[in-house]
Amino acid sequence: MKRYSAFAIAREAFRFHSGWERAWKSPTPKAEYDVVIVGAGGHGLATAYYLAKNHGITNVGVLEKGWLGGGNTGRNTTIIRSNYLQDESAAIFELSRTLYEGLSRDLNYNIMFSPRGVLMLAQTEHELRAWKRTSHANRLAGIKSEMVTPERIKEIVPIIELDGPRYPVLGGLWQARGGTARHDAVAWGYARGASDRGVDIIQQCEVTGIDQTGGKITGVQTSKGAIKCKKLCVVVAGSSGILADMAGFRLPVESMALQALVSEPVKPVLDCVIMANTVHGYLSQSDKGELVIGGGSDGFNNYTQRGSFHHIEETVRALIETFPIISRLKQLRQWGGIVDMTGDRSPIIGKTPVDGMFINCGWGTGGFKSIPGSGWATAEMLADGEPRNLAAPFTMDRFKEGRMIDESVAAAVAH
Amino acid sequence: MLMLKCPNCGVTAEETEFAPGGEAHLTRFASGSEDQAFSDYLFARKNPRGVHFERWRHAFGCGKWFHAARCTATLEVFGTYTGQTSTPPDDITAAVKAKRPEWEGFK
Ligand SMILES: Cc1cc2nc3c(=O)[nH]c(=O)nc-3n(C[C@H](O)[C@H](O)[C@H](O)COP(=O)(O)OP(=O)(O)OC[C@H]3O[C@@H](n4cnc5c(N)ncnc54)[C@H](O)[C@@H]3O)c2cc1C
Ligand SMILES: [Zn+2]
Repeated sequence: MKRYSAFAIAREAFRFHSGWERAWKSPTPKAEYDVVIVGAGGHGLATAYYLAKNHGITNVGVLEKGWLGGGNTGRNTTIIRSNYLQDESAAIFELSRTLYEGLSRDLNYNIMFSPRGVLMLAQTEHELRAWKRTSHANRLAGIKSEMVTPERIKEIVPIIELDGPRYPVLGGLWQARGGTARHDAVAWGYARGASDRGVDIIQQCEVTGIDQTGGKITGVQTSKGAIKCKKLCVVVAGSSGILADMAGFRLPVESMALQALVSEPVKPVLDCVIMANTVHGYLSQSDKGELVIGGGSDGFNNYTQRGSFHHIEETVRALIETFPIISRLKQLRQWGGIVDMTGDRSPIIGKTPVDGMFINCGWGTGGFKSIPGSGWATAEMLADGEPRNLAAPFTMDRFKEGRMIDESVAAAVAH
Repeated sequence: MLMLKCPNCGVTAEETEFAPGGEAHLTRFASGSEDQAFSDYLFARKNPRGVHFERWRHAFGCGKWFHAARCTATLEVFGTYTGQTSTPPDDITAAVKAKRPEWEGFK
């Protein structure tokens, strides 16, 4: 792999940019792999990258039905934070946030991590108490976050209206080291790094069946033929139920549409990320100047990658009361992704009822921020054959054993 | 936008008038049952891409529960029916079959 650098840009400038090579290879699938990963979203690609980098396992195929990063990874509002309530979540999200800080350098790929700060508004008394509790939990877990007063919020976000009649701003939870990153670049950077280490990323290759003998995984059927494997890891977010059905079991997961939109581009008005959970509104400004707005998810099972219009309307209607300045902006684009929601709003990383088949799913509305840590933990599990350290609390048994990792109390929608 | 007809009061309205209640016709397991059965009842879902039987409540209308057969891949509604049944009635399964010949039937 040719490294990207300021020198490389200068060099290419003198030869009509003829020397750039393809960022990743497009191989034909081998007949067999040690590990097959289904799904080339951020989590699948990061898993492949760390399998190769941390564990030296490179006979790996990543199978993607569409194009890499075309699922939720390429559709999300890119909020990165780690101030979760429960210790288990805090551990994996904080590892992720830390890895994000050094990721551009590690991957030699600019993922545009921007630690611009994430402000979670408290707009009801209940929410104010919930954030105070979270801030104490964060302090105990060694995660830096702090409660801020309305006056301080006005300094951080001058365009905010604190005294809205319906949604007054009573305080907030501020994580200065949270922020955003370029979503496509995260997928592309991991793909380039994994491909360089020998991983085969095969796009336009849909998994249509899962082969097993005597309860043990043997391979997969795909639109490009049968592929054998020793271990299989399914990392397909909203499609997890479909893959589980192919293998003959059910998951504690339901697939729903979550939407986002961007406004027309304007001059800089907002230099941090705002989360207004009471009204399910999320707001940041992209480098192009568009306001990136995320909303709440629909409540019913849905695979259409488009949500109901009234959710967009609700989100925008509420945000306008808190940010009156945005009321005249036009919507430029709107889209949806299919999110995999679990009962406790925490992910699943672990084994499945089929021997040799593993799963990573359930990140729902908030798994962009966790891509590096989740890939790290999933690679560790695939290498060892057992979920270790970070992953261990997130196995599926928790639903049977009653040890939920309840993040839905902390933020009903945890972007 | 999703349109549903409430079989209780006969009103056809937009989804904003209704509240979704998740997968229908679950067998209830409570105290005294096996852990796995109880946990599956609470959490494990079919979550199919295609024909789905589900519960809805006419929250901003008559307030009553009912059932719907709907396609999760297209949002097409095959029909709605009474909440007082533990399996979809024959006319509903026939309506689904007419639109989705490949559908394997209610399981
Ligand atoms: C609108 C929206 C806003 C969001 N905002 C945030 C946010 O601000 N912050 C945050 O942290 N998270 C956010 N999220 C959540 C985040 O996007 C996801 O949790 C995360 O991207 C999931 O990554 P993934 O790799 O698991 O899944 P995906 O990126 O969806 O990748 C799964 C891949 O599997 C492929 N696949 C599916 N079925 C098959 C098959 N049969 N064969 C082969 N391949 C298959 C798909 O094509 C897809 O590319 C948001 C999500 C949405 C939809
Ligand atoms: Zn009614």
